[in-house]
Amino acid sequence: MLKLKSVKTFVFASTVSLAAATGALAFPDKPIDYIIPFGPGGESDISARFQQPYFKEKFGQDLVVSYKPGGGGAVGWAQLNSMTADGYTIMGVNLPHIVIQPAQKDVGYTTDDINTFYMFHYTPDAIVVTADSPYQSLDDLIADAKANPGSVTMSGSGKATANHLAQIRFDKLADIKTTYVPFKGTGASTTANLGKQVKAQWGYTTVGAAQGDAVRMLAVAMEERHPLFPDVPTFKELGYDMVGGAYRGMAAPKDTPPETIKALSDAFGAINADEAFRKQMLDGGFAMLDVDSAGMADFMKARKEEYLQAATEAGLLN
Amino acid sequence: MGLEHLANALTLTNLALALFGVVAGTVIGSIPGLSATMAVAVLVPITFSMAPASALILLGAIYTGAIYGGAYSAILLNTPGTPSAIGTTFDGYPMAKRGDGDLAVAIACFASVFGGIVGALALLLLAPPLSSVALAFGPVEYLWLSIFGLSLIASLSTGNVLKGLAGGALGMLLSCVGVAEISADIRLTFGVSPMIGGIEVVGALIGLYCIPVLIDLVATPERHLKVEQGVRAVRVREAALIAWRSRLNLLRSSVIGTVIGILPGAGGSVAGLVAYSEAKRTARPDQKFGDGEPDGIMATESANNATVGGGFIPTLVLGIPGTPPDAVILGALLVQGVRTGPTLFDGGGSIVYTFIFGLFIATILMLPTGLLIGRYAYKTIVTIPKTILVPAVGFMTIIGTFAIRNSVSDVIIMIVLGSVGWVLSRFGFAASPIVLGLILGPIAEQGFVQAWIIGDATGNLAGMFFGRPISLAIIAFTILSLVYPVIQSRRAKRTLATQANLND
Repeated sequence: MLKLKSVKTFVFASTVSLAAATGALAFPDKPIDYIIPFGPGGESDISARFQQPYFKEKFGQDLVVSYKPGGGGAVGWAQLNSMTADGYTIMGVNLPHIVIQPAQKDVGYTTDDINTFYMFHYTPDAIVVTADSPYQSLDDLIADAKANPGSVTMSGSGKATANHLAQIRFDKLADIKTTYVPFKGTGASTTANLGKQVKAQWGYTTVGAAQGDAVRMLAVAMEERHPLFPDVPTFKELGYDMVGGAYRGMAAPKDTPPETIKALSDAFGAINADEAFRKQMLDGGFAMLDVDSAGMADFMKARKEEYLQAATEAGLLN
Repeated sequence: MGLEHLANALTLTNLALALFGVVAGTVIGSIPGLSATMAVAVLVPITFSMAPASALILLGAIYTGAIYGGAYSAILLNTPGTPSAIGTTFDGYPMAKRGDGDLAVAIACFASVFGGIVGALALLLLAPPLSSVALAFGPVEYLWLSIFGLSLIASLSTGNVLKGLAGGALGMLLSCVGVAEISADIRLTFGVSPMIGGIEVVGALIGLYCIPVLIDLVATPERHLKVEQGVRAVRVREAALIAWRSRLNLLRSSVIGTVIGILPGAGGSVAGLVAYSEAKRTARPDQKFGDGEPDGIMATESANNATVGGGFIPTLVLGIPGTPPDAVILGALLVQGVRTGPTLFDGGGSIVYTFIFGLFIATILMLPTGLLIGRYAYKTIVTIPKTILVPAVGFMTIIGTFAIRNSVSDVIIMIVLGSVGWVLSRFGFAASPIVLGLILGPIAEQGFVQAWIIGDATGNLAGMFFGRPISLAIIAFTILSLVYPVIQSRRAKRTLATQANLND
């Protein structure tokens, strides 16, 4: 009796490992669910949609994008680790969200719970004004803010977000006081800026790309100028040490086998290496980033320290 | 010659795509929970291999079909298939109850087509100038617009204003659950982690409207809808006649729908409610809104389909999506390499104009297909025995709620809300005020907080809230729609009194 049971166990175990082995060989051999923890139309959705056709072309399988919005992404991330850990379910991941949210309060997950396997781009912070704004340069804005503390209103997407952290950091660097007005998403924040409800916007380079001649960017938070905007200076050039923005990548449930994680990381690395893909992303105003699963721990550690320090100083964490 | 063939082929393909899109959209929209946004999002990858104009036509057709399809379940099951159809339940379901469901479905179809055409016309002729409306609306305007929408609670709950207001307050309270949209505070979750996502509007709609209907179906021996005995003539002509008599209402509601569709912060549900409110305010004394008045259906259905064309205006001109489905379509366009903005109309105009033309075709195709599918849907719902209808609809509510964001907790919330809603309805609390609070509460809150921050920073709080022309106009309309019914009933009383005096 006992013997039979152990035989059964053995047979079962070997079937499982066999399935796992063949799975690893032919990965991916079926469509992959790519869950975006936000609604459609934002930067997370659009960049995932950019990846979609390249994934199909390179690996012959569909990347099926679906949305699981709620709690600024928290609802999705809190459920990620309870999803099937076979590599066929992955989820979009955003920084600083996954650092700030769990640091502020209990959102059902911790930063270290999220098994991020690739970071593929970021949207650099940028100050955006309308084409007819009196602010011709960053100095104009700073001068106005110095003369009238608090009266320079700047729209941005949400509170304790990349936009908000950028506003806090820049206010400190330039020794000015501006008023941050949170809106629901970049679209609403852009609308408020274009409609002159506010004087400027804390947005991203993607806003500059989408709005074209309707807006002017005063500075971008990159190491070097964005190829799409050769005339827009970086904050660094102007003497403010600001490089960063909202980072985006993909994560898989924690129990996903390491070889599958490696395969996923390689697959998305291959998409990121595709020249046509890079060009499409740059034309959209995104900035590329190539952090694979091997380099993720270091990258996340550095970001975590940076964000937590900024948020603590700003009083966003109690 | 080759080019000509190509053009012909393109037109044929586009026609087929428009037809397919409208039919698929209508069916999807009629199922509560399966929304226009979802239908469009699922089909986006298919469009990658298409020409941009064809892709747009397919997505636009699905969108417009889904907005119309939402009317079926609103009329026949008292459950809005999409949030845009909330107002359609007010008069649609009473009409179906008294045996006029087929007429209601046909009226909804005419109204939808009319509204869709008005919206598409605005998109074709006036898109660049109209897009400035989207920018003229700041936080304060959204605040007052949502308060205008909330004022509908008072006129909806005639004779029971207190219960209506209580329902509205409950709805606004429910809308606070979860992570606050702009302040990122976590509110009213009571430590339950799935509650962080808040109460999903579509799930709440299904619960509050559909579950009570299902319970009543099981609890009462009568048929679901009253059916007239004997052979009945096709009611398309009757519906067309009613629609023609109310052409003014149709036109006004379509214009309201187009303008509200342009506002990125509003959408089909707000458009339908505002149009309904205006139709009610300007109604003839013999019209009983809320009791099965065809004009009520016409107002919401023409307005919500007009938001389709209206919503594309900021999407294409400003690159700012007017409604959630527009956001998905905008993403698809970007992947296709189409840049939105005013230049799209000037330079690359061919894509835009092919698309707008396609939207017209899709809207017109909605007339025959909508009437056909509508008749079939009506017959099915009427003839199907309760023992099959109840489990089938019950199953759909659960699937639909789950599908919104693949969440089991949404299903639980839906069932709890539905049960609470049924109990409350026993005590005379209607579902609609709760839903209005749930939808409009967050818009009002965001508008208020943002307006306060901006007003405070510029040192002009009073001017912020009460000094802007559009705000003042909306405030005036709100007061008008609150006070008008009172004046009207006083006048009626006075006339009655004078008549009584004369009779003496």
